[in-house]
Amino acid sequence: MIEALRKFGRYIILMLRTLTVPERWSVFFRQTLTEIYKLGVDSLWIVIFISVFIGAVLTIQVSLNIQSPMIPSFTVGYITRETILLEFSSTIMSLILAGKVGSNIASELGTMRVTEQIDALEIMGVNSANYLILPKIAAFVVFIPVLVIFSMFFGVCGGYLIAFATDMITVAKYEYGIQYWFQPYYIGYSIVKSMSFAFIIASVSSFYGYYVKGGALQVGKASTDSVVMCSVLILVFDLVITHLMLAK
Amino acid sequence: MIEVKDICKSFEDKEVLKNISATFEKGKTNLIIGQSGSGKTVFIKTLVGLLRPDSGQILYDRRDLTRMKLKELKLLRREMGMLFQGSALFDSMTVMENVTFPLLMFTRDSRKEREKRGQFCLERVNLTGAESLYPGEISGGMMKRVAIARAIALNPKYLFCDEPNSGLDPKTSLLIDDLIHDITKEYNITTVINTHDMNSVMNIGEQIIFIADGEKAWEGNKDEIMSSNNTRLNDFVFASDLFKKVKEVENWVNEEG
Repeated sequence: MIEALRKFGRYIILMLRTLTVPERWSVFFRQTLTEIYKLGVDSLWIVIFISVFIGAVLTIQVSLNIQSPMIPSFTVGYITRETILLEFSSTIMSLILAGKVGSNIASELGTMRVTEQIDALEIMGVNSANYLILPKIAAFVVFIPVLVIFSMFFGVCGGYLIAFATDMITVAKYEYGIQYWFQPYYIGYSIVKSMSFAFIIASVSSFYGYYVKGGALQVGKASTDSVVMCSVLILVFDLVITHLMLAK
Repeated sequence: MIEVKDICKSFEDKEVLKNISATFEKGKTNLIIGQSGSGKTVFIKTLVGLLRPDSGQILYDRRDLTRMKLKELKLLRREMGMLFQGSALFDSMTVMENVTFPLLMFTRDSRKEREKRGQFCLERVNLTGAESLYPGEISGGMMKRVAIARAIALNPKYLFCDEPNSGLDPKTSLLIDDLIHDITKEYNITTVINTHDMNSVMNIGEQIIFIADGEKAWEGNKDEIMSSNNTRLNDFVFASDLFKKVKEVENWVNEEG
């Protein structure tokens, strides 16, 4: 317990050092653009790939499970859309990105720590936390809504493919279902949620990487630990944010 | 000039530095020598403020580093250059970007001016033609030279080198030693070098501090080191067969009159 509190204290101190005004705005913007490409644009293909397949699988499973004359068949499209919008594109996608982006950040910073590159920045008088971590947080928080929107679109497209290619549900009914009782608020809720998760992924994995001590083995461990911690925090905050934004 | 007064540093129960005092003079190559694990790296990291001492003072031209606020410390660090054991070049940047990085962060120079200064620093360390290469594409000796070029880019008052010859062959080690020595004289810098390489000691050791078990066990220069009666120092200096032979020859010459 004391160790957990100590870790939390160190995380807060690191964030206080990170969330300060950048020393050179031009350098900060350039770094942020690089990180947007590295953490965001590079993740686009995996987001699209997973979303199409999950959307398709979801449609098949829902269609198989609600074959009842009491339930209209457009419900398949409706449930697919709601699941994708409310939970898959934000939470599940963030869990996946915690593995890809989180481990990338932790191992990059960890390697910089063990090869003394972070010490070199400090010796020059550069706030290494601000210089290295802030662009990562800013880039991922800014870009994750794009990933979420892509995920939503391609998830729904995955279901459409099933409607088009099989006779489980007609395309017309699927289209009707995905439009039925649509609430734009859910998109906003999903984006707010994913932006919180993006902050968790970027900051927590940076914390694990920044404080690595030792060598390659410890960098690997930090990377794994960061993914585990990000996943736990994403699930906890999913519950909290959902309660705050959806519960009446 | 850097003055160190009664520096102590412990990690949990282990006392790593025990009341070390020393003066590092301007325009001289000051060497800290000692066996691996003797506390040299902790000492140099404490000296530059990467570690906080438990007690004592570190005075940079009468400015006490141990009492400085973060803002003052950052300003002081802009007067420092440091060469790390593994060079610590930024992997994602080219050689030129590495050298001009301090200028990018702390000056208002245009890109052209920065590159001009970067070119000058690279020429100073005899490394032209490698500007667009990445650290992964150059040799260990070249990496050290890039790191020296980066360290002098902002015209530092103080230069720190942690094991500058580690991983280098004897010939390249001598080149790096000479380069550090020449730069120290040329820019009148206070240079502190952490090493356990006896070739470096004999080559550029104008002032030498020997640390053993976290204590300052001896102080002198390269001419005095061979004739010292300090047992711990002799164990360190004459650990290699080469220096044992040198000592035997020296004794023989002395006896012969």
